[in-house]
Amino acid sequence: MAECHPVGYQWVMEAKRRGAKVFHIDPRFTRTSATVDTYVPIRAGSDIAFLGGIVNYILENELDFREYVVAYTNAATIVSDDFQDTEDLDGLFSGYDPETGTYDPTSWQYDGHLPHGQMNDTPVQRETAAALQHESHGPPIPPDAPRDETLQNPRCVYQLLKRHYSRYTPEVVERVCGIPREKFEEVARAWTENSGRERTTTLVYSVGWTQHSVGVQYIRTGAIIQLLLGNVGRPGGGVLALRGHASIQGSTDIPTLFNLLPGYLPMPHHANHPTFDDWVGSIAHPSQKGFWGNARAYAASLLKAYWGDAATPENDFCYGYMPRLTGDHGTYQQVLSMIDGKIKGYFLLGQNPAVGSAHGRAQRLGMANLDWLVVRDLFLIESATFWKNSPEVETGEIVPEECRTEVFFMPAASHVEKEGTFTQTQRLLQWREKAVEPPGDARSELWFFYHLGRRIREKLAGSTLRRDRALLDLAWDYPLHGPEQEPDAEAVLREINGYDVATGRPVSHFTELKDDGSTVGGCWIYSGVFADGVNQAARRKPHTEQSWVAPEWGWAWPANRRILYNRASADPEGRPWSERKAYISWDPDKGEWTGPDVPDFERTKAPSYRPPEGATGVAALAGNDPFIMQGDGKGWLYVPSGLVDGPMPTHYEPAESPVRNPLYGQQANPTRKVYRRPENPINPSPPEPHSDVFPYIFTVARLTEHHTAGGMSRMLRYLSELQPEMFVEVSPELAAERGLEHLGWAHVITARAAVEARVMVTDRMAPLRIEDRVIHQVWLPYHWGSEGYSTGESANDLFGITLDPNTLIQESKVGTCDVRPGRRPRGPAYLEYIVDYGRRAGLTPDHHPPIVTTDAVNAARGNAKRSTKKED
Amino acid sequence: MVSAESLFGPIDPAPDAGYVDAPPRMGFFTDTSVCIGCKACEVACKEWNLVPDHGLDLLGMSYDNTGALTANSWRHVAFIEQPRPLGAESPALAGTATGPSGSAHLAERASTPPGVPNTDPGLPPAPHPGPAAAMAASPEFLGMPGTDLPGRQERAGQRTDLRWLMMSDVCKHCTHAACLDVCPTGSLFRTEFGTVVVQEDICNGCGYCISACPYGVIDQRKGDGRAWKCTLCYDRLRDNRVPACAQACPTESIQYGPLDELRERAQRRVERLHADGVPEARLYGHDENDGVGGDGAFFLLLDEPEVYGLPPDPIVTTRDLPDMWRRAGLAALAMAGAAVAAFVGRRSA
Amino acid sequence: MGVRTWIEGWPVYRQLTGTDPLGRGAAAMSARSERLQPRTETADSMARSVCPYCAVGCGQRVYVKDGRISQIEGDPDSPISRGRLCPKGSASKNLVTSELRQTTVLYRRPYATDWEELDLDTAMDMIADRYLAARDATWEDVDDEGRPLNRTLGISSLGGATLDNEENYLIKKLFTASGALQIENQARI
Repeated sequence: MAECHPVGYQWVMEAKRRGAKVFHIDPRFTRTSATVDTYVPIRAGSDIAFLGGIVNYILENELDFREYVVAYTNAATIVSDDFQDTEDLDGLFSGYDPETGTYDPTSWQYDGHLPHGQMNDTPVQRETAAALQHESHGPPIPPDAPRDETLQNPRCVYQLLKRHYSRYTPEVVERVCGIPREKFEEVARAWTENSGRERTTTLVYSVGWTQHSVGVQYIRTGAIIQLLLGNVGRPGGGVLALRGHASIQGSTDIPTLFNLLPGYLPMPHHANHPTFDDWVGSIAHPSQKGFWGNARAYAASLLKAYWGDAATPENDFCYGYMPRLTGDHGTYQQVLSMIDGKIKGYFLLGQNPAVGSAHGRAQRLGMANLDWLVVRDLFLIESATFWKNSPEVETGEIVPEECRTEVFFMPAASHVEKEGTFTQTQRLLQWREKAVEPPGDARSELWFFYHLGRRIREKLAGSTLRRDRALLDLAWDYPLHGPEQEPDAEAVLREINGYDVATGRPVSHFTELKDDGSTVGGCWIYSGVFADGVNQAARRKPHTEQSWVAPEWGWAWPANRRILYNRASADPEGRPWSERKAYISWDPDKGEWTGPDVPDFERTKAPSYRPPEGATGVAALAGNDPFIMQGDGKGWLYVPSGLVDGPMPTHYEPAESPVRNPLYGQQANPTRKVYRRPENPINPSPPEPHSDVFPYIFTVARLTEHHTAGGMSRMLRYLSELQPEMFVEVSPELAAERGLEHLGWAHVITARAAVEARVMVTDRMAPLRIEDRVIHQVWLPYHWGSEGYSTGESANDLFGITLDPNTLIQESKVGTCDVRPGRRPRGPAYLEYIVDYGRRAGLTPDHHPPIVTTDAVNAARGNAKRSTKKED
Repeated sequence: MVSAESLFGPIDPAPDAGYVDAPPRMGFFTDTSVCIGCKACEVACKEWNLVPDHGLDLLGMSYDNTGALTANSWRHVAFIEQPRPLGAESPALAGTATGPSGSAHLAERASTPPGVPNTDPGLPPAPHPGPAAAMAASPEFLGMPGTDLPGRQERAGQRTDLRWLMMSDVCKHCTHAACLDVCPTGSLFRTEFGTVVVQEDICNGCGYCISACPYGVIDQRKGDGRAWKCTLCYDRLRDNRVPACAQACPTESIQYGPLDELRERAQRRVERLHADGVPEARLYGHDENDGVGGDGAFFLLLDEPEVYGLPPDPIVTTRDLPDMWRRAGLAALAMAGAAVAAFVGRRSA
Repeated sequence: MGVRTWIEGWPVYRQLTGTDPLGRGAAAMSARSERLQPRTETADSMARSVCPYCAVGCGQRVYVKDGRISQIEGDPDSPISRGRLCPKGSASKNLVTSELRQTTVLYRRPYATDWEELDLDTAMDMIADRYLAARDATWEDVDDEGRPLNRTLGISSLGGATLDNEENYLIKKLFTASGALQIENQARI
């Protein structure tokens, strides 16, 4: 956090000054480690084993915040008799189908339930990263499920959890993660002792956590701990994601992602969502509790925002215009399609995949096989110059005179040359004022896309083709300003907020959105950012002039709530859990919820409210159901529906690991998304032979002095000089073992690439004892490429493409490698060198690592058949 | 002897330099115990003061690629990696493995002699023998700053502690500033805030100040010839603004304010750290009775000053100047007297 | 300048007649120092902005003089950052004014070995033509079973996460209406 979010880290330092104890768990000893109370080294890729150890510590010692857990989580809910755990199936859950590499989740459901809609169509769920929809709301499930609030029923979630994590003992943590037992117990003790009525503990992760083949489950494990300890919805608690870019949160809320529409609505699937009703019906369970029950209004208002007057209830709001998914259309699939020549044109909008994405070589070869490429950026980044300045030009794989890709470099406006909102990491929208005009031909994306759309629509005017109706009917009228005809960003924000069609009055809350076509709403979770016709994101009341929650600075979705699910900061009766930790509570005299934040609950719904029989939607939420976006109003310790890889996080080894999974026969995530192609070889891992050709673990990360793929830092003198060269950090022991000299050259090798770097020998890299062996980890910053003041090789070239099955995010925080002194070979000799490594590792072109590595697969499958039968 | 116009001892420098109704003396207190080494101070300083870049040079001194305070770096963050504990914090590397990697089998493969064509599946190539041999033989292999020898096997196996010290260094704005005393052009002057500033419109690049500075701070800029250093953002101070580095500092490691308040705050911070089990915390440059009459920019350190590259006992290089002038004057008088006497003597003779 | 003023401006005169006989302070102040003001004070305007690097969302104040950025520093009013900035945030002016910044359109013809200049309007028109051509060539109306697809898989996009919400909104809206669903973002990476 000190490395990549230094200004956010001021609050950690301030908390520390006031007596907070701070732990840092990381494979690397970083600038964060230097300033915390306890640094805990860990083997990259073993986080679930560590966190699972904490879950086990809590449950074995009954240290959970019982009153919170019983009332607010699904700990008491009873799960189907058919469910079989990884304890029973050597690392698999029931329902596994080795043909598709996915689960039938029927047996995972709450007792008496069946998966809703397409929730059991897990191959499609995986291809379309459907789990991403749940960033704003839980998966659709019925509201009622049998519960045992004594938590004694062996099929209740609490008992299942206890059994699942029983083998995650401190000894196992030590063996799997390399964390000494005393260190582990120090963390476990501190975390549990500092949670409960009087105290809360915060879990902070950075989004490197998402870049694993089990990334979602990492975060789930953290959430389980925080729910068990009562640290969710309360001040000083939570699971805080430190996102790495100015508006990466905004980019998922209003997604430029293939599988999502604004507000986490899914892109329609050709088979599952043929009609508007099918589409809306699939995303919310008809009887489910909570605000997601209004999904139809959000969907109708979005389509109304897209197609304006043309969108009517009679034509299902032009739902028929929507393009349909047929499977995986994610960025890595796109790159492979480029290599296959299926994609003609590619836009890069302030993004540098030649450096920033996994498997840089595949990225560059893909770009070299397009008809045209549009790069919009401030600088001539590597993705704009790959055709003349890339490692593949050196090896002869890309020859400029033979590369047909037409490249347009379109200069972009910087953050001070345009106005608009970023959504930062805690969901806060902040409006930026424009300071100056952009120089030369530089323009905003708003300008580029508005005018591209205008030109396209002009060229299509008069077209009678059916396919062109969606473009011609598009609501594409925005006020334009100035000599450059810049679209009015506030007008766009107003459309995102939503308004009443008849009067034009902006809605103040998402509850005002309608499903009858009378409202427009471009992104329902942002409704309220223009409440009262005022740009709430532009509010700048100094923090010194308002409460510590600072509700009048910017605007947070949803409804300006700063802590989500903050109803949980009060006990079931609505009283603060303790005076120390008071936040939102029920004021019986006024008959409403009060506190320094906007209550994340219906303001006047009493804690004693119980829904009548058969109630649905918001009315079905009881006065003690704080998790108002969940189908059952509860925080989920166990996920019966919505995740592809299992209802409870389980330790799997990374796709590339030097060790055999010490916990289960199943080595790696059995549902991970793989691309079996010759350009994507994966280093062998046990139980396969030859994993010792790549004996070391490597990870990549960022430095304070640089930014991501370097496009915004290597081009600056003042940042380049602070970290002027690509380097690799190694321990003194590894330096001795491999003959590496401090400040000398070394290169790191995988089956994909060899990347050279200057050597930094440092005690901060500590070898770990894993099982009976000592394992070295190295790390490299991934900021460098061939352009800018400071140049170097790109660490992300080392990775292959293996994805998390829930999000289709690549595993690019851990892999195996060899490290050798000196610079790597150049030209054709370099290609031979990589091929030779692959050959010694047994990687023939048709070799693919096995997905299933346990014989229990037959038992798991048998279970799947049984449950399918039952469903019939 | 302490008096007005003194070149030694505790004084309030602004009134001493002729400012009537001077504002309180302003300065920096840099608390290295909360420094996270982000270098925001270095960049914010350069952006505000339009300081040129210092160039691309990987120094290998941990994360320090600035190296020193120079004409082109008015803030410099030092990084020191040490195999010792940090105060009361848990030993960073306690219980972790040390020694060579993998199993005996792996080690054997790693040591395959060069020239063996071990290209069978499963076999790694032979390592390059050069650096490994050099490291084994040479006592001069230095890792990060420090005198320890990373990679030396005898230390492996005992490594449990590690601390990483970071410290943002800056011009000390001495109470008795030798640079100012020796400046023949009046370019270096004492501001009303008690700080020491080079006036770029006056400096002629004579360089006397550079050898005079007991901290090695002030420096001549190549191609420009003039001397440059931290101004404590004199222009910002005149508008009641915080200096650029202190404003940017994320963790309040760099604190700006009236020097008296800062000294009190620093004293409390040291006491607090001592109470919290960090006995090594100490102040540097806060003492009015030290060799420079105390610094306008002082520090809380977690080790000896030398570890951070600071002189342990700085003395204003012009300390003995008045005395020397006095003696020189006496000598001159004596000479003159002798001459007169000689003349008088000759006349009378 | 009168003789008297001229004499009074002479440092030695000030030194001998003023309170600073050693000439190390008030008497040594140069004309430039005398007039010194921070450029934040002399700026023509100041915009309230947000740092474009990580997602902490630190407040920035952007000072403008003569149509150019003269300073970017932390906004002390922000409850998030309280006026502080990291090295990247502190280097924001460097980002905007870097001499490496490319401010004109460049075009690389197929099989060319170097860039050439291109007029912005022409470039926009060429991109629009190529967009429509790629869409036409790869359009899919329905799947094998006659269910609607309404799409092209011939166009891709990958955006960074320094795009504004408003920009992302228009990008998604235009691409969706064109049937170009292969839009991705750093958020996937």
